[in-house]
Amino acid sequence: MYRYDEFDLSFVKQRTEQFRDQAERRLKGELTEDEFRPLRLMNGLYLQLHAYMLRIAIPYGTLSSKQMRRLAYIADKWDRGYGHFTTRQNIQYNWIKLEDTADILDALAEVEMHGIQTSGNCIRNVTTDHWAGAAADEIADPRPVGELLRQWSSLHPEFSFLPRKFKIAVTGAPNDRAAVKVHDIGLRLHKNDKGEIGWEVLVGGGQGRTPMIAVMVRDFLPEKELVPYLEAIMRVYNLYGRRDNKYKARIKILVHELGAEKFRSEVEAEYARHPAQTTEVDQKELARIAEYFALPQLEKLSRFAPHFEQSKLDNKEFARWARNNLAAHSTQGYTIVNISLKPEGGIPGDATGEQMRVMADLAERYSQDELRVSHAQNIVLPHVKLEDAFTIWQELRKHDLAAANYGLAGDIIACPGLDYCALATARSIPISQAISRKFADLDKQEKIGPLKINISGCINACGHHHVGHIGILGLDKKGEEFYQITLGGSSGDSASIGTILGPGFAGEEVPDAIEKILDTYVKLRQPGEEFLAAYRRLGPAPFKEALYAAA
Amino acid sequence: MQLLRNNAFVADAWATLADDAPLAEGARAIVSFARLQKEWDTLAKHTGLLGVAVPNTLRAEELAPYVSRLALIVLAFPSFTDGRSYSLARQLRLDGYRGELRATGNLLPDQLQFMLQVGIDTFEVSERFPLEMWQKAARQMALTYQRGFTHAADEREVWSQRHQGFAAWEEQPHAG
Repeated sequence: MYRYDEFDLSFVKQRTEQFRDQAERRLKGELTEDEFRPLRLMNGLYLQLHAYMLRIAIPYGTLSSKQMRRLAYIADKWDRGYGHFTTRQNIQYNWIKLEDTADILDALAEVEMHGIQTSGNCIRNVTTDHWAGAAADEIADPRPVGELLRQWSSLHPEFSFLPRKFKIAVTGAPNDRAAVKVHDIGLRLHKNDKGEIGWEVLVGGGQGRTPMIAVMVRDFLPEKELVPYLEAIMRVYNLYGRRDNKYKARIKILVHELGAEKFRSEVEAEYARHPAQTTEVDQKELARIAEYFALPQLEKLSRFAPHFEQSKLDNKEFARWARNNLAAHSTQGYTIVNISLKPEGGIPGDATGEQMRVMADLAERYSQDELRVSHAQNIVLPHVKLEDAFTIWQELRKHDLAAANYGLAGDIIACPGLDYCALATARSIPISQAISRKFADLDKQEKIGPLKINISGCINACGHHHVGHIGILGLDKKGEEFYQITLGGSSGDSASIGTILGPGFAGEEVPDAIEKILDTYVKLRQPGEEFLAAYRRLGPAPFKEALYAAA
Repeated sequence: MQLLRNNAFVADAWATLADDAPLAEGARAIVSFARLQKEWDTLAKHTGLLGVAVPNTLRAEELAPYVSRLALIVLAFPSFTDGRSYSLARQLRLDGYRGELRATGNLLPDQLQFMLQVGIDTFEVSERFPLEMWQKAARQMALTYQRGFTHAADEREVWSQRHQGFAAWEEQPHAG
């Protein structure tokens, strides 16, 4: 894991001091709310429906046990005993007082954390594959570049007042788990025949009210050119991105309006015009960072884990959890544990202070002191011995953390919606809870197979409904909440935007509608065919028929 | 309005000319970009110093033919959330412009350091904020991760400091 040195430490401390000063000036009335707004946003502080919300960066989703315990402490001391893990691999607290925020940021700085640029029209927290550095299919760990970009984008003098927010995702595996094609910039690592690393640079993907798949501007950018090339992209966006309408201000609109070719030539012209004098320091810095991300010293273990195998035979419930929630690790005898924060009827991504401490303890004892937050709002223990899995599962079960639904219908992604959010047009959480209860039967979930259900409470799409296999979008029609259903979205390698099936549904009708869709799929699928593949083969017709024909 | 330079309020030696106002010989005059283009043949022969006020939608290339003759470029920040002129300033400095860059518009002390770093020298600021607030704001963050920006003597580039033997990447030393 990356550790702060004296520079990182004093950088964050200076920033906290600066924010303390700004908050005091606001409380004294020396700054208007309009002026304070962009300043507080750049430190992660939102004003929501009921209270201030503080969003804390978890860079590329990686946490130590100590950091997780500090998050638990903040939940207990300054919030209502829980926190919400987000689709941006961050955590947010929903009940924060303005006068406490500087103290909270101090408490975070002590464990090398902050809220810098988790909001506002700047470069946001860089996200990546939640299995980075552990996954069996990985070419190289993308997190060193994630950290390099975290530093480079922190309080960038030129790019702190962009037309709109800016999100970068990085992946180092051929199976894209970081949704790089629906980010403002997506970076995909490749290795050429000579074993050199290069980055495929994708620009202009996004969700929100105008979902778009990113276009490729470079297929193999040499790693040493990454920072100067990204500066050229950012400069083109900062200068020419639209500022007349906030809904058309993301880079995807610029790429779309200019066209991919013209956009690419603008970037290349800017890049050629101001060639970087030297990238030597960038490379040295990347090499320095990379040392922190070396695979931890794992033991040489046998492929066969007798205790693990026996426990599966003895305990069907454990066997099911092991089947669904464990993923292949790059090292023999090890596994990746995915802890689902989606218990039956629960709020996706929420964890109590107590649960956070339990996960922190498990990580310290069994997972090299490391945890990850996934964009699907789950927690990952990345380096676990197969032989420890049963013990971990038993402990998780005691704390309502053993839902065996990872990657299934119950593993729903949802934004906070109208229960918390000032932008929302409808509630997301109760819909998610109702679907979760409807599909409580795990046999049924397993029979349906891998499935991504995503729920957003408004057109801004924080619940990523556009890329859900089944997407649900909550809207408001004359004071009544109603929900549009889209099918066929995906954020993976063959990313696609879901298409709207037909007229929307009232909230209480949604779970039945989802069931009809899934019944239709089960009936029509070919052996081994997953939902997304079946939808792509069948098209929307049979699903429309199932939903609307009877009515 | 007052003019801030090097942490002090200073007298402004420049006068902004309306598009139809005559240009006195030897004067330090700021003209609009439209006038600069239209009357370039005359303006190029001006005996005093010449400055131009540019909109933040201007492309740096459009300014290129005139730059060597300009002692001042005034950059617009119509609202404090409109960050286009940060990039324009940066482009001009990267292109080697060494004259004065001035920020005008809705400026907040909290943005001062970024503006200094992209190479802006002077600031037309309202009387709302006392000088001490500007002085403090100019120095709030002593560390930056980015390289190649303009730094005050006590500001440090983290990456250059970490890797011994690399002096801070001094981009384009300029007046100001």
